[in-house]
Amino acid sequence: MKLVASRVAWGAALAAFAWCALATKMDTPAANAALEARLKKLETELRCLVCQNQTLADSNASLAEDLRVEVRQLALAGKSDDEIRAYLVARYGDFVLYDPPLKATTSLLWLGPFVLLGGGAVLWWVVLRRRERAAASPAASTDPAAEARARKLLDAEPPSAG
Amino acid sequence: MKTFRWSIPLVIFVVLVAFLWVGLGRDPREVPSPLIGKPAPAFRLAQLHETGKTLSNDDLKGKVWMLNVWASWCVSCRVEHPLLVQLAKANIVPVYGLDYKDRPDDGRAWLAQNGDPYTASIVDQDGRVGIDYGVYGVPETFVIDKAGVVRYKQIGPLTAEALKQKILPLVTELQK
Repeated sequence: MKLVASRVAWGAALAAFAWCALATKMDTPAANAALEARLKKLETELRCLVCQNQTLADSNASLAEDLRVEVRQLALAGKSDDEIRAYLVARYGDFVLYDPPLKATTSLLWLGPFVLLGGGAVLWWVVLRRRERAAASPAASTDPAAEARARKLLDAEPPSAG
Repeated sequence: MKTFRWSIPLVIFVVLVAFLWVGLGRDPREVPSPLIGKPAPAFRLAQLHETGKTLSNDDLKGKVWMLNVWASWCVSCRVEHPLLVQLAKANIVPVYGLDYKDRPDDGRAWLAQNGDPYTASIVDQDGRVGIDYGVYGVPETFVIDKAGVVRYKQIGPLTAEALKQKILPLVTELQK
């Protein structure tokens, strides 16, 4: 009986400790490594809005800390990665994602490089074609007046030597 | 044809400079808020002065109001504060203050020192309401219409220009 009571007491103490650990604002060690890895991956895909070129995982800004806590609580509440992303996008916009979705407002971002690449390819092709054509008809590039004079000189009787 | 070909690099250069010039004038910290046109996120928070009372966004339905996110630790809040005091004196639109991630004592002392332009201030000590409003750079100011829809968000300190050209005309329009 005494053993059971002490076990119950220990259990209660541990539960209280766990609850305190979860309730604190600090980044607490999560119950399992899988959740920890999942949070880490998710945080590296999210942008900190205060230090805009840092991920949520890297930033030490106070907002980033708050958002990490928020993300952890959402994950612990059983929300999926997509639901957590949607939660942040609803508040901060697509900018919070390092991998923004393709839609009307982000089309220039996604398609711009391909448009530039295509434009470059067309320009390259045009230049090559023009050069090829120039190489195929070299006569056209010489001065007609100079050519006539050369022909006249070649056709003329060689000056008598001596 | 020859002059045309010569002008291509010039045109590219001019376009590039135009893009860079426009880019210089824009603030990269100004991220468009997805909240514009959406209902203002719900809150019920303790007031800063009348500590026993709370204030909820539902209490403000039916009137146009502004929410100014500030804190005693926020340096640029000092820059915009005289404008808010001036706005409060003009009595055009009620401005509610959200004391963001601040100690209430510090907040009260700051208002006593700098003047209190707010119809009421509420305390968001853990910053949860701030997250709901997408706050990332204090000060921020929201204009909310009679139906409780967010119509405008100013990121960073209010300027006389923004107030005169955007916010006040919008408020007058919404108050009709």
